[in-house]
Amino acid sequence: MLVSTKWLSEYVNIEGIAVSDLAEKITRSGIEVDSIIDRSHGMTNVVVGYVLECVKHPEADKLNICQVDVGEETTQIICGASNVAKGQKVIVARPGAVLPGGMKIKKAKLRGEESNGMICSLQELAIEGKLVPKVYAEGIYVLPESAVPGESALPLLGLDDQVLEFDLTPNRSDALSMIGVAYEVGAILSQGIQLPEINYTASNEKAEDMLKLRIDAKEDNPMYVAKVVKNVKVEASPLWLQNRLMAAGVRPHNNVVDITNFVLMEYGQPLHAFDYDRLGTGEIAVRLAEQGEKITTLDDTERTLEAHQLVITNGKEPVAIAGVMGGLNTEVHDGTTTVIIESAYFAPGSVRRTSRELGLRSDASTRFEKGVDPNRVEAAAERAAQLMAEIAGGEVLAGSVIFDELDKTPVRITVSPDYINNRLGMKIPLEEMLTILDGLQIPTEAVNGKLIIDAPTRRQDLRIQEDIIEEIARMYGYDLIPMTLPITESTPGGLSPYQAKRRTVRAFLEGAGLFQALTYSLTSKEQAQSYALETAPVTELLMPMSEDRSILRQSLIPHLLEAATYNVARRMDSVALYETGSVFLGEEEDGLPQEVEHVAAVITGKWVDHAWQAETKSVDFYVLKGIIEGMLDSLGLSEGLSFEQTVLDGMHPGRTANIFHNGERIGLIGQIHPTEQKKRNLKNTYVMEMNLAKILAVETEELLYTQVPRFPSSSRDIALVVSSDTSAGMLEGVIRNAGGKLLKDVRLFDLYEGDNVEDGKKSLAFSLTYSDSERTLTDEEVVKAHDKVLNALTVEAGALLRG
Amino acid sequence: MEAQLELLKVEALAKIEAASDVKSLNDVRIAYLGKKGPITDLLKGMGKLPAEERPKMGALVNVIRESVTEVLEDRMAKLEELAINEQLEKESIDVTLPGRPARTGNHHPLTRVVEEIEDFFISMGYEVAEGPEVEKDYYNFEALNLPKGHPARDMQDSFYISEDILLRTHTSPVQARTMEAKGGAPIKIICPGKVYRRDSDDATHSHQFTQIEGLVIGEDIRMSDLKGTLSLFAKKMFGDEREIRLRPSFFPFTEPSVEMDISCFKCGGDGCNVCKKTGWIEILGAGMVHPNVLKMAGYDPAIVSGFAFGMGPERIAMLKYGVEDIRHFYTNDVRFVSQFHRTEA
Repeated sequence: MLVSTKWLSEYVNIEGIAVSDLAEKITRSGIEVDSIIDRSHGMTNVVVGYVLECVKHPEADKLNICQVDVGEETTQIICGASNVAKGQKVIVARPGAVLPGGMKIKKAKLRGEESNGMICSLQELAIEGKLVPKVYAEGIYVLPESAVPGESALPLLGLDDQVLEFDLTPNRSDALSMIGVAYEVGAILSQGIQLPEINYTASNEKAEDMLKLRIDAKEDNPMYVAKVVKNVKVEASPLWLQNRLMAAGVRPHNNVVDITNFVLMEYGQPLHAFDYDRLGTGEIAVRLAEQGEKITTLDDTERTLEAHQLVITNGKEPVAIAGVMGGLNTEVHDGTTTVIIESAYFAPGSVRRTSRELGLRSDASTRFEKGVDPNRVEAAAERAAQLMAEIAGGEVLAGSVIFDELDKTPVRITVSPDYINNRLGMKIPLEEMLTILDGLQIPTEAVNGKLIIDAPTRRQDLRIQEDIIEEIARMYGYDLIPMTLPITESTPGGLSPYQAKRRTVRAFLEGAGLFQALTYSLTSKEQAQSYALETAPVTELLMPMSEDRSILRQSLIPHLLEAATYNVARRMDSVALYETGSVFLGEEEDGLPQEVEHVAAVITGKWVDHAWQAETKSVDFYVLKGIIEGMLDSLGLSEGLSFEQTVLDGMHPGRTANIFHNGERIGLIGQIHPTEQKKRNLKNTYVMEMNLAKILAVETEELLYTQVPRFPSSSRDIALVVSSDTSAGMLEGVIRNAGGKLLKDVRLFDLYEGDNVEDGKKSLAFSLTYSDSERTLTDEEVVKAHDKVLNALTVEAGALLRG
Repeated sequence: MEAQLELLKVEALAKIEAASDVKSLNDVRIAYLGKKGPITDLLKGMGKLPAEERPKMGALVNVIRESVTEVLEDRMAKLEELAINEQLEKESIDVTLPGRPARTGNHHPLTRVVEEIEDFFISMGYEVAEGPEVEKDYYNFEALNLPKGHPARDMQDSFYISEDILLRTHTSPVQARTMEAKGGAPIKIICPGKVYRRDSDDATHSHQFTQIEGLVIGEDIRMSDLKGTLSLFAKKMFGDEREIRLRPSFFPFTEPSVEMDISCFKCGGDGCNVCKKTGWIEILGAGMVHPNVLKMAGYDPAIVSGFAFGMGPERIAMLKYGVEDIRHFYTNDVRFVSQFHRTEA
């Protein structure tokens, strides 16, 4: 909403208040003023000129040499506009003027001819092209004949004005009109307001004799007022009216249309004007459209209607889509002489639905959607009739043709001052409350210590006690509310065990060298299930904005890979990222997908990069595996963990494993398949994804300290040769099994294939530690335990012991 | 014999003097003082002397041995010092060479902001509540006083999955769910999470972003409690000197509704480009829980009241760290994320 302060001052006295102060007051008490637009843009030396003479420039086809009376002198100005002509009153920027675009006007020579200034278009005075009347859209603007040469052009054009741009919240539809704003400003400044006085002389002829009205959709159209104005002369509006509209962001068309728009802005009541003769039937009938019925609207577009959409008809065919847009067939034109003014109440839901379905939003529909003031429907029609008489020379027929079943009773709200003060934490006296409500012109009575309020119909946002609390608080001033803290039972507060453990996971992964990533949940059909730990029916958007963001993901890996590619493409060759986030699986009984929190990671490039000491190491499977093991260990889950080689789509078949905890699959790890890596412009890249929810749900034992060993341990090394496909994990299992309770630790310290080892075989070396917490083990005890291990390795694992 | 001894001494001292390192000095020690050395030989030869000369000669040999030993040890100490100095010099390193990098990652800046907010409210006795990102229309809208067809639904165009299910457009459904689950009991929660709206991604819009909301429900919760809580929060988050102001606003789920500004932390309120010359920066929306919302969750608005507030970690991170484009939070450029590794203050 654009509020011209010049226009506003017709209804409320704002003299003597700086516009910036006014804006601040309005913002602090209820409506955010987004910006203040100074329409003068600080322009000076912009005056009225009178074109005394206008001839073609001898050297340039498109230029005109004009002799212009600018008051104190007659001066020569070269003008390139095609519509400049002798006898016009025009806008002249004189030498020294600075135009809004920053253009400085100087004396100049154009193709040898002197030019002392510039004849301006409205666009050059910073009026948006879409607001400039169509006739002047491509050239200079022509002022009325009454303009006096030499006088400043700014007041004439209403540019000595500052406009407040409101950022209205949806509840404050009352401020979608100048009068509504006046009520608000009046309350803020403790001023009364001046409503327009409506008086005109009506003809003897009655409107109802010329026009019949029938409403067949009373729910969607509970009130309809039509007035008939004869003998109008359609022409350009007077400048003051055009100025008002342009200041409000509306393009002037002709006097009849401009009047309807002016009243819309003034009262917040949308009006429509029909050409009576074009209507053809002397009848207005409002009904629901027939399915598939067609109408061509004012924007010259044919629209097909649906059965629930409300239309105005001439008794035969639609002439307007109610509250949304008029029809081309009954549009007011230059030859129109008789006009029907429509002022109605269309049900908000109906207009909202129709305007959305047709993709048509207008100043009218936005107001109907929010519900116009029932008590202004008739007044607005009268106001328009008055202006048609004054401005368009029309003859207003007596009375209106009215259908009215609209409930106009105000909502009654009863609230006690104590309730208000308790909710605010304040002690505002009753008298103060009454003063505030009186200032807002909200009829209130204090009865038995309670406030009885009849909410004005213009304020549709006032319905319940809390709405009154807000009115009082905002006008009293939020700054005056004290600062306290809630008086409640004190609660410990904190993270749930799940949340606390999730923080542990993040801290561990970051400590291990991974950066936290945050990627999108929505992905493409193609990627939704790639690399997924688990798949289920996908969750798809009804109306995606793009194919790339159309389905909820079931794996975090694809977007982490995208992030890796993004970084590598920017020469960040080493990337280590992790993410915690939900995947969306299938559908639960309540219709929602199952959301499962996962943790995933991607690493590529160098893991150790300390070049000057020749210590560089690329990422590999075991880097990521070590991180997973450490992460699970930090959650107390190192026992019962196993990695089992597997084959998964998109992964390197020899370097991929499922991760199990106590036999339950909790994740996957591996290298991206080389073909896939290449597609994504990545080199060796490893990923993992785990079901975080499952991991964090495992209840771990209490952390109890075990005594630090007091007795020395003995260690024994074993070197053995096994077939190449024997896994280290299996061997370790055999060792641990056979070692018994004295075996405290098993560590692989060598792995070798090649020279001196038979083909198809490999050599491994383990270091075993034996100890007892109660005493020092004797050599015999260690030998006995170790022999069991050696025996098991030979018998169970077919290992050949070396050396 | 005496002369022989003197000669030995002179000879030994000369050799000690000549020894240039620990090893050659050790050779000298072995040569003269060792078990097979001439001094030992002399002592061994004492048996041949007449008995009355033996004490005198014995004493003399000992004196010479001691004096040679003393000189030798002196010299040894000097040489050892020389040797260690030489070693230290060899071991000297270029301390300006780069260190071996300690590999470490860090939180995403949004997590950093969210955790900072969480921790403040946890210290005030709040719990952290979370809920699903795919929501029922009921929890996302209806339970929050946004019935179907409500004009405020225009404010947040949504991603629908079906007529009744959508990606949540705010974290408020977590409030509705918590209220419903609490069955009338008091509540103090903070709800962080991802939310989704039908916006084209650009410098200031993202179809996915994060929110964090707070909710307090109890008997006689007042608007002054909201103001006091937010003021403490603003000071904790943006500095002790921060002032707050409340401006009227509108949210369907609160009444009265306000927006909170803080005095600009860049210029202190004088006006700069961060606060667009106003001295104030809009941080969050808040209000008193709408009675319809309380009623729908089974609370009696005549007895119980509450306040709620909500903010966008993206906005806070953008303000705090001067980030100019919201898309930086979702491209995961390591050069961006890695900047948020250090402590502040």
